[in-house]
Amino acid sequence: MDRKNIKGFLEFVYDFYKSMKAHEITLVYEGEITHQITKAFTSLTESNMAKEEESNSVQKKVFHVMVECLQNISKHADSFGSDDFLFAGRGIFMVSKGDSEYHVTTGNVIENTKIDELSKILNHINSLDKEGLKQLYKTQMREGRLSEKGGAGLGFIDIARKTGRKLEYHFLPIDEETHFFVLTSTISRSE
Amino acid sequence: METIKIMGTDDTPTVILDAQNEIFEISGRSLPEDVTAFYDPILQWLDEYSASPKPKTIFTFKLVYFNTASSKLLLDILMKLEQLKEAGHDVLVRWYYPEDDEDMQEAGEEYADIVDVPFEQIGYTLS
Repeated sequence: MDRKNIKGFLEFVYDFYKSMKAHEITLVYEGEITHQITKAFTSLTESNMAKEEESNSVQKKVFHVMVECLQNISKHADSFGSDDFLFAGRGIFMVSKGDSEYHVTTGNVIENTKIDELSKILNHINSLDKEGLKQLYKTQMREGRLSEKGGAGLGFIDIARKTGRKLEYHFLPIDEETHFFVLTSTISRSE
Repeated sequence: METIKIMGTDDTPTVILDAQNEIFEISGRSLPEDVTAFYDPILQWLDEYSASPKPKTIFTFKLVYFNTASSKLLLDILMKLEQLKEAGHDVLVRWYYPEDDEDMQEAGEEYADIVDVPFEQIGYTLS
């Protein structure tokens, strides 16, 4: 890097650092989500929460939500086309911690053709109350089949149940074939 | 019949299936990388056991965490126990949950609703 590039890069690093601080991000990752990554991130977050004496129930909720979010990416993030390995099982994963809540955010590329189905599932989950979610979970557990990649179609329902909130999601257009799917889960720190 | 004894890790539960000593237990954490590969031998063992079971089968679940993929496989185990009961055998599920863990308690209640097997819910304190 020449002098000008170094300066630009340093500024980028510092800006990145500042915006992480501003958004209270405690963990951010972009790349392939493997089982090892899932284990590393959950145990890191677990030990941080234990250090900060977060209540057991909050710790468990954050743990649950992290695992399901990470597995969603590893199992569903698209490898659109046939062998575009750049996006398969990859995405961005972030954990942020504010005064009153934790946020777990995932972002991954999704093919346009899958958006309708995914929206339908998410909207259906969001239309249900606590009891409805419980029934849906039971039905899905009984009637759903494990996908080839080991997905049980239960992750989103579980996130909605554990957080006690509506699933907050957005689709951001990327190009003619794909969108960027962002899901943010919020876990309250008070009980 | 062979005994299954799997020591738990940070992502897989401890499993003891010992027909001779009548110990049937799954405990710990369950988020295996490949749920099917982990639970298949357990389900197969139960099929084999069901062919000539003990007069009473008391199956203990003492889990502190399981992911959604595991929840489906746990149901598969419970359905095997339901079949065993339907075949006229005595079956009891003991579902242990940490006293302060409502979600784990509720998970037990939900399973008890789904399968037709007697359930005993037992809260315990972690010490």
